[in-house]
Amino acid sequence: MKHLLLAAMADINESLRSRWFLIYSLIFGGIIVALFMTGLTESRVMGFTGLSRLLVTYLQITMAILPVFVLLTTVRSVAGDREAGVFEYLLSLPVGLAAWYWGKMLGRFIVVFLPVILAMLLAMVWAAFKGADIPWNQVLFYTGFLIVLAWCFLGIGMLISSLARSADVAQGAAFMVWLFLLLFLDLILLGVIIKQGMPPEGVIAIALANPLQVFRTASMLLFDPQLVLLGPSAYVILDHFGRTGYLVWALVYPLLLGTLCAWIGYWIFRRGDLP
Amino acid sequence: MIRFDNVSKHFRRTTVLDGITLTIGQGDRVALVGSNGAGKTTLIRCLLGEYICDGEVILAGQEVRAHRTEILKRVGFVPQIPPPLKMPVQQLISFAAGVCDSDPDKMYAVSEQLGLAAGSFRKHPFVKLSGGQKQKLLIAIALGRDCDVLVMDEPAANLDPEARHVLFKLLAEKQNDAAMIISSHRLDEVAALVNRVIELDQGKVVLDDHVADAVDMDSVLNCRISLTRPDSAFAETVREWGFVESDDGRVWSGPVAGPDRLRFLGVLSRYAGLLNGIVMEESTDAAVSEGSNNA
Repeated sequence: MKHLLLAAMADINESLRSRWFLIYSLIFGGIIVALFMTGLTESRVMGFTGLSRLLVTYLQITMAILPVFVLLTTVRSVAGDREAGVFEYLLSLPVGLAAWYWGKMLGRFIVVFLPVILAMLLAMVWAAFKGADIPWNQVLFYTGFLIVLAWCFLGIGMLISSLARSADVAQGAAFMVWLFLLLFLDLILLGVIIKQGMPPEGVIAIALANPLQVFRTASMLLFDPQLVLLGPSAYVILDHFGRTGYLVWALVYPLLLGTLCAWIGYWIFRRGDLP
Repeated sequence: MIRFDNVSKHFRRTTVLDGITLTIGQGDRVALVGSNGAGKTTLIRCLLGEYICDGEVILAGQEVRAHRTEILKRVGFVPQIPPPLKMPVQQLISFAAGVCDSDPDKMYAVSEQLGLAAGSFRKHPFVKLSGGQKQKLLIAIALGRDCDVLVMDEPAANLDPEARHVLFKLLAEKQNDAAMIISSHRLDEVAALVNRVIELDQGKVVLDDHVADAVDMDSVLNCRISLTRPDSAFAETVREWGFVESDDGRVWSGPVAGPDRLRFLGVLSRYAGLLNGIVMEESTDAAVSEGSNNA
């Protein structure tokens, strides 16, 4: 446990000193500030609770930024460290491989999640200050969705880092994974149904398997579960699962997927050459 | 203490280690030499449990990779190329001491002995230190904890003469209780430190020989050099060794650490045309720094 915490602390400190973390934090802080400046007042005029609209917009933007940021910085850091000889030295010290791997993942998870959740907290404090209602149910679910999304892509990132032997290959692979998942979002699924005549079950399976799609549908569902917002496959899925069932799926599936990917990554890491 | 039993390592179709069988005992100070690509680094990485290899690598009766954590507590490692760690010196020492269950103060103390006041570099990122400072810090981390196997890749390459002498003294303190593997591509760099030479070539052991153990690692030679004429380049070189001049730069005296004598003579050979005479005598003084100050 001590080694795990030492490895996590080392990774947290390393991230806090790096430029990517500064840019990453500024992006999420900036998004919230920008949304407040442009969106909150306007949404009140349209009759929505200001924070609900702001949060759902924030989550949609986060869905686009968080995964690619997590993937690229994780693989760059882990595969880059290996390439630069950091592993050769630090793993010559008597730190357990499990403690090293999971400590690194834990440290990175904290660093990745912190700016996202702090930006959300900032939104709530601001809303409270302005006298707007805070939809606590929505806030709690969104926090959960963000946790599992970050964990899921962190797990995928760790797996790619274990598989790739160079930072360049790892970065390319990470980008391809992100692009692939992005392509299978709802609108493209619709195109597939129309053009290829794909069975609806296959389309639904893809939609359920894509963590980005799961995140998007779940965040929309809490806001306004209408067909116009959700897209066709999501609507069908909701019809089958029901609201509660889908929310459970949206919390459990990315968590399991991330853990499975991370565990496979660990298995590969400990069975192979370390540096 | 250490046993390599028919160890082979392949990278795709390239065989880097080819059936290495070796036994290294307590008190062995091994120079692991060979040209670039001979397999020295790979052999070291197998010993550190970093590479999966065919055959067995046993340390203190345990297979290294299977018992990595327990084994590595006994092994101090100094790499040839310092890792580009961004973490500050203090954090690196805390991390190393934490995972080794060691006292960080001991590591600071060794670094002070080597001439690096690590305490005043606490906040400095490791990667921003000079080559010599990094080397000193890595040596301090390796020697500032209890270990009975030392694995060092060209440990003295970036050190100044005074720090080298301190390193030799520290190694001398451990020479009877520890096994040492000192890797170098040049035997003359490490010859005076070792009592056994193992040469690798294309992944095979081509020489395994014990050598005369006549040089006391802790010894100091008082040296006096006379020149045919003063020379500024020579002056600059020997000042780095702590030499002082007399007779208008024609005579230079200073201390040379015993294991450094071959290296020192190598340096002098560059100025062979200037040399008028050399006297080297075993000193009764203990330390180079003292010798330097007295001179």
